[in-house]
Amino acid sequence: MIDLVWLIPLFPAVGFLFNGLIGKWLDLDKRVVGSVACTALGLSFLFSILIFFSLLKLPPEARAAVPDKVLFDWIVSGDFKTVIGYKVDPLSIVMALVVSGVSFFIHVYSVGYMHDDPGFTRYFAYLNLFVFMMLTLVLANNFLLMFVGWEGVGLCSYLLIGFWFERDAPANAGKKAFVVNRVGDFGFLLGIFLIFAHLGTVGFNEVFAKAPSLDTATVTLITLMLFVGAAGKSAQIPLYVWLPDAMEGPTPVSSLIHAATMVTSGVYMIARCHLLYSMAPISMAVVAIVGAVTALYAASMGLLQFDIKRVLAYSTISQLGYMFLAVGVGAFSAGIFHLMTHAFFKGLLFLGAGSVMHAMSGELDMRNMGGIWKRVPLTFLTFLVATLAIAGIPGFSGFFSKDEILWQAFSSNHGHLYLWVVGAVAAGMTAFYMFRLLFVTFLGPCRASEEVKKHIHESPPIMTIPLMVLALLSVIGGYVGIPHILGGRNFFHEFLAPVLGGAPQGTEHTAFSLVRPVFASGGAAVGEGVNMELLLMGVSVAVAIIGICIAFYLYIWKTEVPKRLGERFKTIYTIVFNKYYVDEIYEVCFVNSTKKLGTFLWRRFDDGVVDRSVNLVAELMAWLGSVLRRIQTGYVQSYALGIILGAVIIIIFLIR
Amino acid sequence: MPASVTPLYFFVVSALIFAIGAAGVLIRRNAIVVFMCIEMMLSAVNLTFIAAAHYLNSLDGVLMVFFVMTVAAAEAAVGLGIFVLLFRGRKTIRVDEINLLKW
Amino acid sequence: MTGSIFYWIAFVVTALAAVFAAVMVITRRNPIHSAMFLVLNFLCIAVLYLLLNAQFIAIIQVMIYAGAIMMLVIFVIMLLSVEEEERRRKIPVPLAQMLGMVLIFILFAQLIFGVVVKVLPGEQGEFSPERIAELGDVKTIAGLLFTKFLFPFEVASIILLVGIIGAVILSKKER
Repeated sequence: MIDLVWLIPLFPAVGFLFNGLIGKWLDLDKRVVGSVACTALGLSFLFSILIFFSLLKLPPEARAAVPDKVLFDWIVSGDFKTVIGYKVDPLSIVMALVVSGVSFFIHVYSVGYMHDDPGFTRYFAYLNLFVFMMLTLVLANNFLLMFVGWEGVGLCSYLLIGFWFERDAPANAGKKAFVVNRVGDFGFLLGIFLIFAHLGTVGFNEVFAKAPSLDTATVTLITLMLFVGAAGKSAQIPLYVWLPDAMEGPTPVSSLIHAATMVTSGVYMIARCHLLYSMAPISMAVVAIVGAVTALYAASMGLLQFDIKRVLAYSTISQLGYMFLAVGVGAFSAGIFHLMTHAFFKGLLFLGAGSVMHAMSGELDMRNMGGIWKRVPLTFLTFLVATLAIAGIPGFSGFFSKDEILWQAFSSNHGHLYLWVVGAVAAGMTAFYMFRLLFVTFLGPCRASEEVKKHIHESPPIMTIPLMVLALLSVIGGYVGIPHILGGRNFFHEFLAPVLGGAPQGTEHTAFSLVRPVFASGGAAVGEGVNMELLLMGVSVAVAIIGICIAFYLYIWKTEVPKRLGERFKTIYTIVFNKYYVDEIYEVCFVNSTKKLGTFLWRRFDDGVVDRSVNLVAELMAWLGSVLRRIQTGYVQSYALGIILGAVIIIIFLIR
Repeated sequence: MPASVTPLYFFVVSALIFAIGAAGVLIRRNAIVVFMCIEMMLSAVNLTFIAAAHYLNSLDGVLMVFFVMTVAAAEAAVGLGIFVLLFRGRKTIRVDEINLLKW
Repeated sequence: MTGSIFYWIAFVVTALAAVFAAVMVITRRNPIHSAMFLVLNFLCIAVLYLLLNAQFIAIIQVMIYAGAIMMLVIFVIMLLSVEEEERRRKIPVPLAQMLGMVLIFILFAQLIFGVVVKVLPGEQGEFSPERIAELGDVKTIAGLLFTKFLFPFEVASIILLVGIIGAVILSKKER
């Protein structure tokens, strides 16, 4: 069964080819296109489950050592050899399950959501292509194939963000996403080059076996380059700017790509390379700090946005920051755990937003909504479940994953108190702005126009059933990772342990221990550690509840207060509301200079040098031709002269 | 004279006639005369062949001459036919007035 | 035989006549005159062939060259009723012709050099004059023609065929 792993990415690839080529050409009925796409995903998911169970049958130690399924040799050139191969181990199978499962439900939802769109076939072709690329990414057994998937998801992201390319905004957003991703990919490529240069191979098994032979400086450089790639794909500072703009795409796209799957590939990559990162404590520190700061920074921007999808976009960036914080402090399985729960509840949140938009005739601004909870009960309930999950309320999945991250941020060898503080504050802000979103959108007085009010209706079952499934997962998804102190047995961590190692590893010197020996390791002895963990857990829950209460106060009880606060702190408000003017800064610093360089190169070099030299060659030939033409006089006697000349020359050689 | 007439002398004569024929090809303006000079050049070459054959006690040169004459005869027929045709069209057979052999 | 006085005299006289005829061919203005001198040239060369013990070829030379080909040429000259060429003095000699003359002189020099200075290679065959006289000149030539030179013989026949066809086609009157 495990041998059939190559089928998992194959089904969506076939779906893409079928819908993309035949569907477009024959202009197939929407039901056929939708069924093909969803069936492809369903089969992928089914096979992922089957292979998961096959993996479970093996003893834990053997699970990480399953031989890769190699399809064929891809590139064999001198010393360089790489294959098309898939790796089946706990990490990749968890990712495959999450990707194929969530994708399946989003495909089903999309059949309903995109029903009236003329680009229906194109949409599903792109969506299948995306899942194919993503599955290639997570199942690849070497860096190069992973990079193919990496680039592929970037491409599909571009295609899908700019799906309604007839309008300016989506087209520009797609371009922006692709270009910013490219910057990250450049770093990723440099990392791969360094790996190959030092280790002579790019296959995961070989690289990780040979890795200990590298010195720290090299590993640090490699891991930093790889992290640049991760920052681009997973929207961390400074390469996050594409994600809010990416909301121009269809909402299920935002749900799938920018919540559940593509943006998590950076986290997956770091988890996969955990061996390398463990050898470079400075890189770990960089990852953790960037993650924590991004979490806080993005949360701050989410506080003031009015567009539903923008709030969710900033929330995604913030939650990704949490995942990076986790892997940065060595808690790789915690990062993956949060990746999984986030896929459930964030995916659900976006689908719910789509459902709201569907009900409100395409409205996105929460200022024009309110009080619709009675009219869209299923949407409201599932949205509420997801919001509770993301806020980290106990009982829901987000609580378990976020809490583990915060605990590890505090207690791990690579962790630090300040990291925990930043994480906790961001958690409070998360709770606040998510409930702000909920309250303003669904509760309170209805501020929509009469026209819109008349049409408010619940979405059809094809859209609400995925919502309910994801809501269920948002609740129970966390129970596979109940930490020990609450009496559970962290199945998730155990399952991933053969791949990712047990408790967070750490070299003797972590980055922080060199700087702040006092707070280097917050939880030393077990007994003291147990209490500390519970204490921190309580603190984070309290912070979340405080956030919810503040949101309640400001948006349900005394609704005039936010405006007054806005007036009082006008400057801060404007800066944060305008996203710290980062887009504008980038435009001035990077975009304009690149445009100028491009124009210069085009005019002076391409036109001036390249074209001119080609023209010159042509002119030379023409001149040469006009000169040589004169030999052909037409008179026989001149030809006879030529013959005699030739004869003389030849005879010179003959009588030597 | 005590010395014998070595083939050398025949070669010299042949070369002389060949060169004179080549000069005629370049100088004369009447196409038929040019043709005659070409025939003269061929004949000179025949002389060379026969002289070499005699010198080497072989008959290969003789056979060569045989074939050269055959070709010369066929060439004469076709060439003169072309001249007749040219004259019909252009009313002249002066080579410096006929420059059709070009693109 | 080749060293005897008679041989020498015959050779020198014939050679001088041939060269004289050649010069006359290229210098006469009237094409009929040129044709006559060419016939003389061919006949002189036929005598030279006789001196070289190639009797068969001598006869062939007279028959075909001096006979058939020259008759054809004279026939065409008269058909086209060509006038005499103009006196050359009126027209300046073009540069190309000067160059041509130089080249031809160089060509001649090369040929002389090649013959005089270099030792001519070539292996001796088996047909010495005595042997030819013994076997019969035409008989041996014919024997070689149909054995060793059979393929060229066939090709030559095709060439003649092409010549005939060409002559016929070229002379057709256009409808």
